[in-house]
Amino acid sequence: MSEPIVRFQEVSKSYDGRSLVVAGLDLDVVAGEFLTLLGPSGSGKTTTLMMLAGFELPTSGTIRLDGRDITALPPHRRGIGVVFQNYALFPHMTVAENVAYPLRVRNVPAAETAARVAKALGLVRLAAFGDRRPAQLSGGQQQRVALARALIFEPPLILLDEPLGALDKQLREDMQMELKQIHEALGVTMIYVTHDQSEALTMSDRVAVFNDGRIQQLASAYELYERPVNPFVARFVGENNQLAGEVVACEGDTARIRLGGGVTILANAVDRLSPGDAADVSLRPERIRLAHGDGEARDNLVAGAVDKLVYLGESTRLFVSTPGGPTIVAKVQNEEAALDVARGRPVQLAFRAADARAFRVERPA
Amino acid sequence: MAARSIRTRGERVGRLAVLAFTGLVLVFLVAPVFVVVPLSFTDSEILVFPLPGWSLRWYEDFFTNPLWTGALYNSFAIGLSVTVLATVLGTTAALGLHASRFRLKPVALGLLMAPLAVPVVIVAVAMFYFFARIGLLGTFPGMVLAHTVLALPFVVVTVLATLQGFDPTVVRAAASLGASPLFGFRTVTLPIIAPGVVSGALFAFVTSFDELVVTIFIASPRQRTLPRQIFSGVSENLSPTVTAAAVVLIVVCMSLMIAVELLRRRSARLQGKAQ
Ligand SMILES: Nc1ncnc2c1ncn2[C@@H]1O[C@H](COP(=O)(O)OP(=O)(O)OP(=O)(O)O)[C@@H](O)[C@H]1O
Ligand SMILES: [Mg+2]
Repeated sequence: MSEPIVRFQEVSKSYDGRSLVVAGLDLDVVAGEFLTLLGPSGSGKTTTLMMLAGFELPTSGTIRLDGRDITALPPHRRGIGVVFQNYALFPHMTVAENVAYPLRVRNVPAAETAARVAKALGLVRLAAFGDRRPAQLSGGQQQRVALARALIFEPPLILLDEPLGALDKQLREDMQMELKQIHEALGVTMIYVTHDQSEALTMSDRVAVFNDGRIQQLASAYELYERPVNPFVARFVGENNQLAGEVVACEGDTARIRLGGGVTILANAVDRLSPGDAADVSLRPERIRLAHGDGEARDNLVAGAVDKLVYLGESTRLFVSTPGGPTIVAKVQNEEAALDVARGRPVQLAFRAADARAFRVERPA
Repeated sequence: MAARSIRTRGERVGRLAVLAFTGLVLVFLVAPVFVVVPLSFTDSEILVFPLPGWSLRWYEDFFTNPLWTGALYNSFAIGLSVTVLATVLGTTAALGLHASRFRLKPVALGLLMAPLAVPVVIVAVAMFYFFARIGLLGTFPGMVLAHTVLALPFVVVTVLATLQGFDPTVVRAAASLGASPLFGFRTVTLPIIAPGVVSGALFAFVTSFDELVVTIFIASPRQRTLPRQIFSGVSENLSPTVTAAAVVLIVVCMSLMIAVELLRRRSARLQGKAQ
């Protein structure tokens, strides 16, 4: 790993002097990466970004850019590109004037400005729109103007705060692709804020999951999805069954856990577990199969009855109640489910121990 | 809806009564203007209807008689100074009030607005005593300051109204793109709020241009403004030049107010479009 382009050291922020919105944040951003800050509303993502952009002052800690302490540097001297959620285009300027603004600030000669504006507008596929006003553009086009405006002065780092939040689904997916392409083409570092987890997973090199002003996990999309380190991440990223249980036995990283009602399963112990501990087991619905008594080797087989079916097109979501135990959600491919699953039908749920991740939790007695 | 369009006779009479009353009030308010305009074109020394004949002699008198031209010059000089001062102070005050999370904000706003709520005579008396103590009575700066106090609320109100539709993230955007606070203000904030600032400036000018009460209290005998000259013209000798002066005053103030309204529409349209 090379020298980080951005380094947060013990950064905390409180607006009211009592509660911490960002608490002891340590974060290194690698030059050239696409890093996403993902988290529920109010978890401190925007605050973190605004401290980096220079619009909020940390209550404590330091922020470094290329090794230089920028904690108290005013925003206009940081040279960081920012794309705001509501675009923040200048309504009284044309698209070309908007994009040229950073060059105007820097006294770039007119001929060079014209060439660079044309290039930047070409990059976001708006070459023909230079003379329009922002108000005459669609949301997606406005967002691309904002992006071109932030790219044109070639900042090494670009911050994007939910830039696609206001767009409809189709447009959002197109823009995701476009952003990724621009990121790869220019090699610029991007820090991206979203609370849409699928967006985070598809676009990022790494994702930092925020909750309560702290990073819960910082990892690649694969790691995050396959190996969440705590119940919050497991719940927040992707769909998950959260099954409360008690540890019966533990051997190596495999634990035997009783879920109640006589349902006992084998699970992968993420934390160190010992018999008697309370544990939460996370189990992804799509990792559950329906066993048909064909002798397939499975770590776990749980018997239950189908309570409810939700047809999803390529798959069906089954709500399976276990006798005296929890209700488990399974998502099965339709070629399999189509066989003869119906409400009230008894089924056997099969899943691997590795897919059931057990976390130790404190539970009030 | 359909049921509503069928009115009873009582309702129809009621509506007619309201219309008639409104018409009467309008006539009462506007009639003096319509009387004074034709009178100013009379060729006679006395103000009577029907006009004995038409002429521009009273306008000629107005624009050549040093008593009137001096007053006109004074009114413009004071009015323009007030415009500059009130616009700068009022705009910065509005920007500060809009941005701050200051707890006493309503109090500060209330104090700025006070000259609108307090009867003008009271303001005039207060200024008379205050200016007498600090040596501003009967001076040009004194007049400008007094009128600025009266004009300031209009600037603050119009600029604050424009700021309601102003998206503060554009200022952040400008800063992130490298603009210093001053450059960002000049190139982004000011052009966007310009319609409000210009309306405020026009209001400020009109406020000063047709101000009489405070002027009577604090101006020196030789400091004649247009309203004051009209006032003394009416009370001393009713020369028809007064009517010509009144028409000039009306034309200046009305065209400025029309300009304010046009600006307001333009600004509403711009902001309406920019979401
Ligand atoms: N200027 C401010 N003054 C006071 N409190 C603030 C301010 N900005 C944010 N907060 C509070 O700080 C907390 C975190 O806010 P932040 O905007 O960083 O969250 P977020 O993760 O970006 O959420 P969202 O996904 O809703 O945008 C929230 O509880 C919010 O109410
Ligand atoms: Mg946010």
